[in-house]
Amino acid sequence: MQQYDLAIIGAGPAGMAAAAEAAQTGLSVTLLDEQNRPGGQIYRDVDRAAGPRGAILGQEYLHGATLTAGLGQSGVSHLSGAVVWAIEDGFRISFTRHGRAGQVEAERVILATGALERPMPVSGWTLPGVMTAGAAQILLKQSGVLPRRAVLTGSGPLLYLIAAQMVRADTPPLALVETQTAASLMASTRHLPGALRGWRYLAKGLKMLAEIKRADVPRFTGAANIAVTGSTRAEAVSFRSKGQEHSIACDTVLLHHGVVPNTQAARSIGVPHAWSEAQQCFVPETGTWGETGKDGVLIAGDGAGIGGAMAAEFAGRIAALKAAEELGRITAQERDRRAAPLFSQRSRETAVRPFLDAAYPPYSGALRPADSTIVCRCEEVTAGDIRSYAKLGCLGPNQAKAFGRAGMGPCQGRYCGLTVTALLAEANGQTPDETGYYRIRPPIKPVTLGELAAMEDPSANAAE
Amino acid sequence: MKTDSPFLELAGDAPRVRVWFDGQPLELPAGANLAAALLAAGVQVFRHTPVSGAPRAPFCMMGACFECLVETGGRVQQACMLEVEEGMRIARPHEAEAGNATV
Repeated sequence: MQQYDLAIIGAGPAGMAAAAEAAQTGLSVTLLDEQNRPGGQIYRDVDRAAGPRGAILGQEYLHGATLTAGLGQSGVSHLSGAVVWAIEDGFRISFTRHGRAGQVEAERVILATGALERPMPVSGWTLPGVMTAGAAQILLKQSGVLPRRAVLTGSGPLLYLIAAQMVRADTPPLALVETQTAASLMASTRHLPGALRGWRYLAKGLKMLAEIKRADVPRFTGAANIAVTGSTRAEAVSFRSKGQEHSIACDTVLLHHGVVPNTQAARSIGVPHAWSEAQQCFVPETGTWGETGKDGVLIAGDGAGIGGAMAAEFAGRIAALKAAEELGRITAQERDRRAAPLFSQRSRETAVRPFLDAAYPPYSGALRPADSTIVCRCEEVTAGDIRSYAKLGCLGPNQAKAFGRAGMGPCQGRYCGLTVTALLAEANGQTPDETGYYRIRPPIKPVTLGELAAMEDPSANAAE
Repeated sequence: MKTDSPFLELAGDAPRVRVWFDGQPLELPAGANLAAALLAAGVQVFRHTPVSGAPRAPFCMMGACFECLVETGGRVQQACMLEVEEGMRIARPHEAEAGNATV
């Protein structure tokens, strides 16, 4: 079995930056990632897409090419197309790659598993034609594929980015249906002075809004009662805005109301998590270097709490320096000297966050959906089902599995976990921390017996 | 199935190869993301749920939601984690054996 000083999971901005920084300190590093090419979701396929679609995707996306280039020159062992399904103490990391299982060992682990779209359960969200806004971005980045007649629904700057990119590609969305209200915008203004340190983001936001306006894309704000209608696929989005009922016919509905840390890997090895009121999600408990309550495990990037791609890059380098110091490659003084500018750059990149979190809060109608709305897409469990389990005495998400299989389908709770916690917490008059979250156990991605039978390097296992 | 796709495909330079979805031939860009290529080709239903038989299609495009499951190479796999290869035979999961391969 291959042994390394450091294993990094995820080749997005945090993982790529961590890998390059760690290699520079002399650590032997392996970087495992599910995709065939580096970039993560934010810089998905940047090396191939930059040429044909760079003008549509914009400068901030193209920045990812500096990270893939740095990774390429770093000498890091990049295991692309490697789906990690178990991380065990020691650390032993098991994965599937090209149809065969494999394992590596490492002294330290940096989890750079990024973010997932915050689940947005509204009536009809399981219909074909409904996707996350992030999915539309991935389609555009990796494949040059765009929805012809789409309505963007929810809240947050990602909606403006994808709308602006669609405008640049001459396929503007039919409408933006936004859930944030004038009240949330007013409440956010107290964070503006702090956000001015991140003025580039504010300027970019205004520029995107101008692009959308120039293309005459209708915008509705304060939207509520959102539902996707259609019998076998999405045919329209209906909602109420400013006292009026609307229905917009479309083929594609793109949902988005923020992103949340992808905590599956961290939870599977016992990293403690706590509820973040500001980000309305569970976040792993981490220190300034990304260190966790689990010795030897660091978390960098959006997986440690949402900060965005640039902050993730600095966090990756910070975590790498911490690992290098722990393994004796650099002194604590050297670590601190190198990290000092990274800390100040990271704090500048995250300055805009409190403003964004307040201005674009999650859609309340999806945090606590109507009884008839499906919350667990895999097992088709509704919000009403979860509430009825609470009436029967169900206190937490793990018990809810026994009541009705919520969270037991192939996605392993990734798109229902936060909703189930919220519904049970509300019904039982408890906090999200008291209610807890699904217990995540390996395998955290499916693995077949055939893949296990084809395990690379079986002799190394037999010798143990 | 190939006409009137809700998705537009910007011109690319990848050569087209033949694959079969639900018995129908499709010409998809070699090496493209399979889920994206099927959507662009007009495939609207990737699978039916085992619980209620409801139609589903790609939702997250990043390997997390498992909505784009298809059967190919004798296995049920996420289409968004596969690349188009010449001659691929793709079916909706478990429909081939159930003999009810309907839209």
